[in-house]
Amino acid sequence: MPPSVSSGRDLRLDLFRGLALWLIFLDHIPSNIVNWITIRNYGFSDAAEIFVFISGYTAAFVYGRAMRERGFIIAGARILKRAWTVYIAHVFIFVIFMAQIAYLTTSLDNPLYSEEMRAFDFLQQPGVALIEALLLKFQPNFMDVLPLYIVLLIAFPLVLWLLLHWPIVALVLSVALYVAVQHFYWNLPAYPTGTWFFNPLAWQLIFVVGAWLGVGGADRIGPLLRSRYVVGAAIAFLVLALMVVMTWYFPRYAVLIPKKVQDLIYPIDKNNMDLLRFLHFCALAILTVRFIPIDWPGLKSRWLRPAILCGQHSLEIFCLGIALSFIGHFVTSEFSRSILMQVTISALGILIMIAVASLITWYDNVEGRGSGGRSKPSQADLAGGEA
Amino acid sequence: MRRIAGALIGVCAYASVASAGPGDSCAVAAHLVHADAALPRVAAAIKAKNLKVVVAGTGSSTLPGANGAAAAYPARLEEALQKKLPDVKVTIISLIKSRQTAADMAAEFPKVLATEKPNLVIWQTGTADAMRGVSTDEFQVTLEQAVGKLRDGGADVIFVNPQYNPRSDAVIGTAPYAEAIRWVALGNAINLFDRQAVMRQWGELGTFDLLAATKSLDTAANVHECIGRLLAHLVIQGLAVNGGEDQKDKKSQ
Repeated sequence: MPPSVSSGRDLRLDLFRGLALWLIFLDHIPSNIVNWITIRNYGFSDAAEIFVFISGYTAAFVYGRAMRERGFIIAGARILKRAWTVYIAHVFIFVIFMAQIAYLTTSLDNPLYSEEMRAFDFLQQPGVALIEALLLKFQPNFMDVLPLYIVLLIAFPLVLWLLLHWPIVALVLSVALYVAVQHFYWNLPAYPTGTWFFNPLAWQLIFVVGAWLGVGGADRIGPLLRSRYVVGAAIAFLVLALMVVMTWYFPRYAVLIPKKVQDLIYPIDKNNMDLLRFLHFCALAILTVRFIPIDWPGLKSRWLRPAILCGQHSLEIFCLGIALSFIGHFVTSEFSRSILMQVTISALGILIMIAVASLITWYDNVEGRGSGGRSKPSQADLAGGEA
Repeated sequence: MRRIAGALIGVCAYASVASAGPGDSCAVAAHLVHADAALPRVAAAIKAKNLKVVVAGTGSSTLPGANGAAAAYPARLEEALQKKLPDVKVTIISLIKSRQTAADMAAEFPKVLATEKPNLVIWQTGTADAMRGVSTDEFQVTLEQAVGKLRDGGADVIFVNPQYNPRSDAVIGTAPYAEAIRWVALGNAINLFDRQAVMRQWGELGTFDLLAATKSLDTAANVHECIGRLLAHLVIQGLAVNGGEDQKDKKSQ
């Protein structure tokens, strides 16, 4: 007997995914002053964890129901169709990237940067670069999240099946793979050399944990997560993390962290999702669940509506955000690096994301798809709570 | 307790040298070029009146053209350091080759330590690794191990991180590598010359136009002149810092 899925839509997921999308957009404009507000500056984890976790949760929620109602084949086909859509989106982003690069190379010549110029060497063999990009091996800067997502989705039919039938086995396998990766450094190959920035074999852990919570795990460990001790431990962990992170900005306080502790915690690896990053995310999630209940009236307020709308159309808004961050980076580096410009670009980008999300919602409503979780089962794939 | 007192003294010392920058034309905020760790081996060499410095790095540690090497920061550093230490013989040995990864350079270090016996290794790295897509984890382990060997071999270490270049940011992400360098520096009490932050500030203040498309070497040479002078400033500052990796290790034992 598969575990039950709690009904009704959890707007908190949309809210935080929307916020994560904004943060990812901001973080992808290098040397942007507004970056300072993003969470990666105050702890170990960042928006990537939030995005992957919530994607896992909603994927399990949407496709888990489909798999129970219509079977493995239908749900599996839907998941793969979704992976295909994400793949197309990735290729689209790559085209935008190439357009930007083609422009940049005309203005790159400077003896100061003869070394960095070599980063553009792939343009001498654009055919190879294109094919490698289509194979997901060539992942230029900041084009590394969607490939991770595609791989996770391709494996998801089997993972979801396992989660519905033997959830504990699925979790144990996921943890075992994660541990093995930390030990053996398994990763997928990248072009021209090296490995994937977001190692799917490690990052699957947070996706699978999210998915497990999405198909009933949340009901099981809910009371534990709300316990006073767990919440206290989460707060303590976040405070400690904040203190450690502060020493990165004020290196002269680094001596306050005992050498033994430093040896233990550094490096905090993003490629393989260091355990500290995972724990930091868990602590954030625990506090969120504890202090923002599912029926919190604020979730219905119009002030949070923009973030929720963006979170409900995550793939479109994610791609838009990447494209906008290319443009924003382009404008801030080529025309004006003033703080006013950085703030304007950041605000404008988020406004565009909100506007497009509203437009998609409006269109969906006109087409009768609705944006809630109550759409017809046959359209679960198109529902707002998209994986 | 003693550590906290040390930190407080550090803060006071920091505040007082804030105005003692190297010349106005290169000026950056004092906290960007700031010695956080002692340089005991350099100090001993200066006492012995003979300072040997190895600069290990890649393409961004030199400039193209016939006069490139003379205008690049290693040569500028030699001159600036010699000026600050008039009665010490300062020698800079260049170990610069384009496209070397950190691992490539680390493999060269044992030989260099044996033949040149440097007191200081200025290690510019990160960009080549970013371009080759070396895993940041691997990169960091390479640095950690090499730093131990360099110190055992009698050399202090100063890291130099990748250049600031908003254009190439679009293709290569040097930020994770810069972060790895910062972590190794923090964890091992090593000074970091934060070239990225320094150049970014020059760009923001308009000190140098870093984005002009040009074949001329003028701006590039000025940038390197300033990097050389700021590095010399950092070395001298490091001499005044008390405590370092050795004392710290003793304390914890």
